[in-house]
Amino acid sequence: MTQKFYKEPGVKDSLQIRRQRQGDYFHSHPEYKVERDNNKCIRCLVCVRECPYDCTYFDTDRNVIYNIDANCVNCKRCEVMCPTQCIEIRDWGNKFRDNAYWDFKHWGSIYKQADTGAVVLTGLGNDEDYKSYFDRMVLDASQVTNPSIDPLREPMELRTYIGRKPETLTSEDIRNSKKIKTLFPNISTEVPVIFAPMSFGAISFNFQKGLATAAKKMGTFFNTGEGGLHPDLLEFKDHAIVQVASGRFGVSSKYLKNSAACEIKIGQGAKPGIGGHLPGEKVTYDISQTRMIPEGSDAISPAPQHDIYSIEDLRLLIYAIKEAVEYQKPVSVKIAAVHNVSAIASGIVRAGADIVVLDGFRGGTGAAPRIIRDHVGIPIEVALAQVDERLRKEGIRNQASIIAAGGIRGADDIVKAIALGADAVYAGTSAMLAVGCTLCQQCHRGKCAWGITTNQADLRKRLPVDIAAERCTNLLMAWAREIKEMLGLMGLNSIESLRGNRLKLRGVDLSEIELKTLGIAQAGI
Amino acid sequence: MRSKYLIEIDAKDVYYKDLNELIRKEIKKGVKDIRLLNVCGQRYIGDGITANNVTIHVQGVPGEDMAAFMDGPKLIVENNAQDGVGNTMNDGKVVVHGLAGDVLGYGMRGGKLYVKGDCGYRVGIHMKGYMDKVPIMVIGGKAGNFFGEYMAGGTLILLGMSTNNNDRPVVGDYCATGMHGGIIYIRGIVEEDKLGKEVKHFELDKYDKETLKPILNDFCKEMGEQFDIFDFSQYTKIIPVSKRPYGRMYVY
Repeated sequence: MTQKFYKEPGVKDSLQIRRQRQGDYFHSHPEYKVERDNNKCIRCLVCVRECPYDCTYFDTDRNVIYNIDANCVNCKRCEVMCPTQCIEIRDWGNKFRDNAYWDFKHWGSIYKQADTGAVVLTGLGNDEDYKSYFDRMVLDASQVTNPSIDPLREPMELRTYIGRKPETLTSEDIRNSKKIKTLFPNISTEVPVIFAPMSFGAISFNFQKGLATAAKKMGTFFNTGEGGLHPDLLEFKDHAIVQVASGRFGVSSKYLKNSAACEIKIGQGAKPGIGGHLPGEKVTYDISQTRMIPEGSDAISPAPQHDIYSIEDLRLLIYAIKEAVEYQKPVSVKIAAVHNVSAIASGIVRAGADIVVLDGFRGGTGAAPRIIRDHVGIPIEVALAQVDERLRKEGIRNQASIIAAGGIRGADDIVKAIALGADAVYAGTSAMLAVGCTLCQQCHRGKCAWGITTNQADLRKRLPVDIAAERCTNLLMAWAREIKEMLGLMGLNSIESLRGNRLKLRGVDLSEIELKTLGIAQAGI
Repeated sequence: MRSKYLIEIDAKDVYYKDLNELIRKEIKKGVKDIRLLNVCGQRYIGDGITANNVTIHVQGVPGEDMAAFMDGPKLIVENNAQDGVGNTMNDGKVVVHGLAGDVLGYGMRGGKLYVKGDCGYRVGIHMKGYMDKVPIMVIGGKAGNFFGEYMAGGTLILLGMSTNNNDRPVVGDYCATGMHGGIIYIRGIVEEDKLGKEVKHFELDKYDKETLKPILNDFCKEMGEQFDIFDFSQYTKIIPVSKRPYGRMYVY
């Protein structure tokens, strides 16, 4: 069985292209249609050069640019780059007869699978039409009886300390600030948003450096993912959360020490319960350097960490890392939000984690089987509410901070997540959008037209470091402003007062059991 | 006993955290030889220590995750060791003069790990090599299931000699499953059904003998005993079929 996907992009005659077309899938039904206004087209061939998916070609015989619509992924690169705006990408109307049950995702996958016998991969996060609880929660505002606060003239506190907190503090302790500093290692962020774990390999070096620069500028953190810390990013080490996952790529005692915090990755919201796999062709010289594996070799992260088969084993690894960093840095444990997540989180906190990261099923990925991305895991909102409540009930909420991840789309989601009990959030897909992602879900192919999820030299230079850094900084700045506005209208002047403050949330269009699970009241009450 | 370079620490009833702190402190002071007496299950000895020319002698049985993330020192255990020895170790040498438990050398990237006797399950999982860093693990006894699973580099040697389990096969099931780099040498016959389908086994060639000889010599030297392990016709070499075992499993 052979896979035939990639063809040389560029200029061809029509016969070549027809031959090529026949070599494609047995059935290649296009999902999108690229319409080109030939009157407006000036044959500059920008679209031909820009398309990494070999969808556009120039027919020298006819002096016309054509498209193989079946290859189009709707990344919008040609549409945006066209100097005369003669290109429009549209949904291909000519699909099968209307069928509410057999959607493109299913029959399209079957055609591919029948061609290859392989698992259908995809990128980004779950795009199915599940209910969003964020969109069914509304926030409170102060009116008359308690005045709102104007963030334009009054100080608003967004600084968040992440890590284990002491059981109690006496007034003596507070006066002795030195003692507080030496209690437990915490990391402090000026915005309650941390860039989500995205490894160098999954994303381009330029994007990762952009994230690191933005994190440093805004006083927050970026996360290396399971890809090691590139030597050029060492200057950002105080803003790096370094990840330890089952493949242990790039993990050494130096790596652990060159960080703000260390994170053990157990699971990922986009693909709970399965491992990662960076295909050999993506392991270039640069990546082999940071992952510390030979060039061209598959980087396989098996599903479980083979030294962790229980909470006790997890404790061993947490403390092995704490020993390695001499108890100077908090250790985080990241899990995917799954059924019964609260009991798991409780175990993780009792195992000694200083931070618990919950990754909901909308979380993104560089590559995952489509069926798993779309059908495994639970929404972050309910997981977060349940974990926060459970830890409070058990009296161990102070022992760990909670970071909510997986589908945080804006300051609204951040404020709601914090009101549900999160200390901070991870934002990954949003950061990608900030640098031009068009959600075409082709991250796994390593050919990102926008230079975000690729390390191919000609593609990755499409996203310069300084632009990535500036845009990510702006995003955080905008979110910080929005969060302050939201806090002000609720009559709060500190993010601390919002954490776990579910009185500020009300549910709309939710059933009783849903309200109970989220721990919030019905709107109007 | 205490000199500038040599120190003895009595680990009796000392909590592991204090013991390791003490070890780190002494190494920072410049001590080159540390002897730990009466060790009884203290975890993480040698964890994350970055230092060269430092030797730590462990008398007694150390706890789990000994030499995890270790980068340079030499650790000598005069008795048995427990689980997780050399977890994600970067450099250095660990010599265990007894048995060892499960998950030895998980994700180990460099250095040497010698065990005289048997080891447990999941040994040498995800060992990996990179450029001049080639981890070497030699197990004198027999191994349990999942030996060298997902191995990505380095050299893993199983001698099957000083064992307490004479009736057991030299290696358990699922040996080298998912292996995509490195070499495993096993002294003895490995049945086909014990091996993962990502590997093939061969007889040793000239190159293998040249690689094995110095390693085995060093192993004997460290153990202080001349073992009868130099008949290379007894060995089986296991190598992966592909650097990319799962390359054809996915479609876009």
